[in-house]
Amino acid sequence: MSGLRILVPIKRVIDYAVKPRVNRAQTAVETANVKHSMNPFDELSIEEAVRLRERKVPVEEIVAFSAGPPKAQDVLRTAMAMGADRGIHVVVEESEQLEPLGVAKLLQQVVGQEKSNLVILGKQSIDDDANQTGQVLAGLLNWPQATQASKVTIEGDSVTVTREVDGGVETLRAKLPLIITTDLRLNEPRYASLPNIMKAKKKPLAKKTLKDYEGDFSARLKTLKVTEPPPRKGGVKVDDVDGMIGKLKELGAL
Amino acid sequence: MASVSRFSLPLRRLRCSSATSQKTSRLRPAAQVRWTTASTEPHQADKSGGTKGASAPAKVVKFTSETYPELKRDSKYSQITPEHVRFFQELLGSGSAVIDGLSTDATDDIEPFNSDWMRKYRGHSKVVLKPGSTEEVSKILKYCNNNMLAVVPQGGNTGLVGGSVPVFDEIVINLQRMTNIRSFDEVSGILVADAGVVLEIADNFLAEKNHIFPLDLGAKGSCQIGGNVATNAGGLRLLRYGSLHGNVLGIEAVLPDGTIVDDLIKLRKNNTGYDIKQLFIGGEGTIGIITAISILCPQRSSALNVAYFGLESYEKCQQAFREAKSQLSEILSAFELMDGRSQKLLNRATGRKLPLEGEHPFYCLIETSGSNSDHDSEKLTNFLEHVMESEIVSDGVLAQDQTQIRDLWSCREGIPECLGHWGGVYKYDLSIPISSMYEIVNDVRDRMTEAGLIGDDDAHPVVDVVGYGHMGDSNVHLNIPVRRYDKKVEKALEPFVYEWVQGKYGSISAEHGLGIQKKPYIGYSRSDTMIKLMKQIKDLYDPNGIMNPYKYL
Repeated sequence: MSGLRILVPIKRVIDYAVKPRVNRAQTAVETANVKHSMNPFDELSIEEAVRLRERKVPVEEIVAFSAGPPKAQDVLRTAMAMGADRGIHVVVEESEQLEPLGVAKLLQQVVGQEKSNLVILGKQSIDDDANQTGQVLAGLLNWPQATQASKVTIEGDSVTVTREVDGGVETLRAKLPLIITTDLRLNEPRYASLPNIMKAKKKPLAKKTLKDYEGDFSARLKTLKVTEPPPRKGGVKVDDVDGMIGKLKELGAL
Repeated sequence: MASVSRFSLPLRRLRCSSATSQKTSRLRPAAQVRWTTASTEPHQADKSGGTKGASAPAKVVKFTSETYPELKRDSKYSQITPEHVRFFQELLGSGSAVIDGLSTDATDDIEPFNSDWMRKYRGHSKVVLKPGSTEEVSKILKYCNNNMLAVVPQGGNTGLVGGSVPVFDEIVINLQRMTNIRSFDEVSGILVADAGVVLEIADNFLAEKNHIFPLDLGAKGSCQIGGNVATNAGGLRLLRYGSLHGNVLGIEAVLPDGTIVDDLIKLRKNNTGYDIKQLFIGGEGTIGIITAISILCPQRSSALNVAYFGLESYEKCQQAFREAKSQLSEILSAFELMDGRSQKLLNRATGRKLPLEGEHPFYCLIETSGSNSDHDSEKLTNFLEHVMESEIVSDGVLAQDQTQIRDLWSCREGIPECLGHWGGVYKYDLSIPISSMYEIVNDVRDRMTEAGLIGDDDAHPVVDVVGYGHMGDSNVHLNIPVRRYDKKVEKALEPFVYEWVQGKYGSISAEHGLGIQKKPYIGYSRSDTMIKLMKQIKDLYDPNGIMNPYKYL
């Protein structure tokens, strides 16, 4: 086997530290003037790909891929600053959002064009929480899949993946080509260093549109309404122990 | 979709702090945890991680009266009696508002109010009062003044110079029950709130209204805004928003004779007579107790960026600062300096990985905040490219998301806390002209080495000598983490440090205040005339001298 050709699909999402707000029309979450960053699970994917290379696993190329608005470029640059070799950006306007199936169909073609033999995806994106793209892609490609990886080791074309399951861990082994989706404890992503951020600016970034790919990417679902969860009721402060006992009695807890 | 943040945040925290967060309490002095209010300190408690090395043994804090044997209890003050306590209990009503250590054994309950978080100062107070309103504060003070009972006003007790803890048996008046946010005007940005509101709670309240409290510091999860004003705290964003002397528009305070000074003015401009409120700002509770403030809060910036650099020398830090001012100008909101040693100690005490590979003698943290992220990013990128290419900085990282922003900040904000890890810290908070700001750290380190006080094992009291601080304000924190407080170390430090600062026309207390620690040294930064004027003011408003005695002047 000549080497790994890793494809890492990433998504630009609302920063996980930002509290999303529903827009006035209750059709979606407000995205204008909100801090965006790379989906945290995708950061883990990039980090893992780069670490594979650093562990002297023969990695031929790491390609970062994103389908999203023009600004998705920023997260691709971050991915390249972290160590991806080049990027592919399929520009999709906010109005024509892709669903997991659409993304998987796109990726299927990209895998063919790039001759990728390993795709590392985040297990889910934190905006729609679908947790589907990796699995659908495995189905379309008819490749084995190891989801929610917490450890990945590669020897030759044999890949061992540890995944965390309820009450323990499960260890899988499969041959390349393979789909891996990442989970929280896989690694700790690095900071993008300034020299690498500058180098990333010179790395190639291919710009495409959906027209460059075949197939139907239109949405199959319609969002009827988005609402915020009911606000939590505030507690009350009691002045002293007697007050607390009284309150507990009142609530029937004593 | 609103559930997204609730889902992802805990997950992210789990990953970042992995298994270490529970251990944080070992790192933090145990006593402080007890009076930390419910809110968390994101830059400290959440992120600082666990301890790898052995943590310092929980020591009994020495009484201030033993550390400073020259201090004697002034016999003009009355001894507190059960009758006094009964008066307070009747006045304040509910049981929790008075901690009575006189007729009951309440040692454990009173301890957090008697000693400071650095475990350096400890008083003998037997009574703690927690008034719930300005009227109650007024009645307490009037009674104390008539009965010659000395008092110590206390907020979050996060002070660094022993100003908020008693020395002998002064009554502690803690404002933690006064937590009402009275009003906020979204147009003018003026907030009026009780003195006992915790800084972080005030800031979170303002965040919802897209405003920001013009003060930020590491202890924000515990400190109270009244205490911040009374000590004129400086903090991390002074560079951008200026000092509290400018931002505080009005105060409500109580004088020792019970007079309520109602000056909660909500005007930016008011040229009518002496600006008396300024006496309370930085007055450290020596002429009255601040019970509420009105403060001008700026619009919160929506675009925030943080970069962290490694630099070769202090000269390069100065160059970087000059470049930052000229290229980032109005969006620059913080420029912080940390020396390599402070970062190494942070790493040793908490086990957290530092953002940069390799070691650098100096580190700087730059924060920009503005209203347009594209505009800011472009400026910042140009600046970063420039300082990298011209080799002003050797290496650096740029935060890519909100969590990284917090993590980078914790490399700066976590320092004061981690330095206490070995047992104690001698802290000097100095204003020194920027060109020679770091020299003092080297000079003190040389002095410690010559005296044979510094070393890696238990035989040496001093762990290291580090410097960090607010480069943008020419304010350096000279810190000497020690394994134990030792007179020999003190002798090597004082008055050497103060004389050094005087020689450079600096200030011996840039933002921490005088308290008990610096009271004897005020003469190094103020002339006799100025001190005389200050004493006249003290005597005018507090003729009986019951307010926070043995300190300040």
